[in-house]
Amino acid sequence: MGRMRKLLIPGVDKTLLVRDAVKSMPDLTRRRFISGGASLGALTLLTGCDVTDSFSAEEMLKQVSKFNDGVQALMFNPNAMAPTFPESAITKPFPFNAYYDLDEAPEVDGKTWKLEVRGLVENKKSWTLDELYQLPQVKQVTRHICVEGWSAIGSWTGTPLRDFLKLVGADTRAKYVWFQCADKDGYNSPLDMPSALHAQTQMTFKFGDEILPRAYGFPMKIRVPTKLGFKNPKYVLSMEVTNDYKGGFWEDQGYNSFSGS
Amino acid sequence: MSAVTVSDEHAASTKAKVIQPAWVRAMHWTNAFAMVLMIMSGWQIYNASPLFGFTFPRSITLGGWLAGGLLWHFAAMWLLMVNGLIYLVMGVVTGRFRKKLLPITPEGVISDTKAALTGKLSHDDLSRYNYVQKLLYAGIIVVGILIVLSGLALWKPVQLKYLAALFGGYEGARYVHFFCMAAIVAFMVVHVALALLVPKSLRAMIIGR
Repeated sequence: MGRMRKLLIPGVDKTLLVRDAVKSMPDLTRRRFISGGASLGALTLLTGCDVTDSFSAEEMLKQVSKFNDGVQALMFNPNAMAPTFPESAITKPFPFNAYYDLDEAPEVDGKTWKLEVRGLVENKKSWTLDELYQLPQVKQVTRHICVEGWSAIGSWTGTPLRDFLKLVGADTRAKYVWFQCADKDGYNSPLDMPSALHAQTQMTFKFGDEILPRAYGFPMKIRVPTKLGFKNPKYVLSMEVTNDYKGGFWEDQGYNSFSGS
Repeated sequence: MSAVTVSDEHAASTKAKVIQPAWVRAMHWTNAFAMVLMIMSGWQIYNASPLFGFTFPRSITLGGWLAGGLLWHFAAMWLLMVNGLIYLVMGVVTGRFRKKLLPITPEGVISDTKAALTGKLSHDDLSRYNYVQKLLYAGIIVVGILIVLSGLALWKPVQLKYLAALFGGYEGARYVHFFCMAAIVAFMVVHVALALLVPKSLRAMIIGR
């Protein structure tokens, strides 16, 4: 059991992981897949509320997705860096992408905006943009990969999130850093702590050497090149260090929560 | 003494009648099921950001929308990969691949293709594959390995970046993954058509003989 405990990963609920592992045993899985196959027609209507069948393919898929969170957390190597590219490889124009049009993108006033820091941190002070700009910054040219499949190379500059977490005295044994954003309908997303502490995970203030434009998340986005695009929140208002899984805008709609690259 | 010999021969001929052993049949149909799930959910994912100027009709995709397609794809992948891995190990360990698929000679493929096109290809002994079958079956195993590897590269382009680099990076892997799918779909069309043309081959894959 001591060995087992070592194999388990921070950021993953141990009871859930074990329950998921048991659920993913071959026999049961196969039986469920077969029952799933029996009504493939009905399953193509799987839009979230259309399935009235009692066996619930949706429940099975959710469980496998949680199992996949655990597998991905195990596969995550904190020392594996996302490939970097020369500036000449940057995609121009870099696409604007959201669930709303550009003219609906949040217009945040940089003068009054403050980054709220909550949860398991020693210093809960809020940070103005000028204060954040004083922190040492690093540039990265990496590939942004969207859950939809397309990708684009961009240049992001900002403060490594792990440096900031250290600065505010965050409990880095906590499971998640949870971000809340200014997007309409309220965007939020949880980031598992190992990914938050990855050297390339960044509080981004600049795109292409210029102050982050509104299209890409002014005043601050979180750039996580080891995650799919939707795990890179823009227009960030607050971050909370927490052990609770608080869900996310897309995660709640069915995208795999870990979604690591 | 002679009675014993007869019954031995009888036993041997009964045994020889098993064209497709049970493990092959079980894995064949498991694979077929997993493949269909992977392809239909894959088309759903493709539609979210098409590589070419077309999308797949919604009615033949799985999952309802992108998230549903992804959930199916990343669930069925386990069935496909585990089944495929066991199949590859069994194929090598039992010597089935060597006995059934090798050797493949260009002359053999050419002459059997001619025979097939002129309707002269024999199907008397289903336990032995002709050269066209050998080439297609060996080829589709290679494509199967490629589609799984390119899929892993797409899933984990950072953690498995050296694998992704083999396919020309993330974007390259998208094309490899797509063309492998196209090859498998083309194979399935031909494979199913031929199985229906020679129904006893289909029976052999269901009941073994």
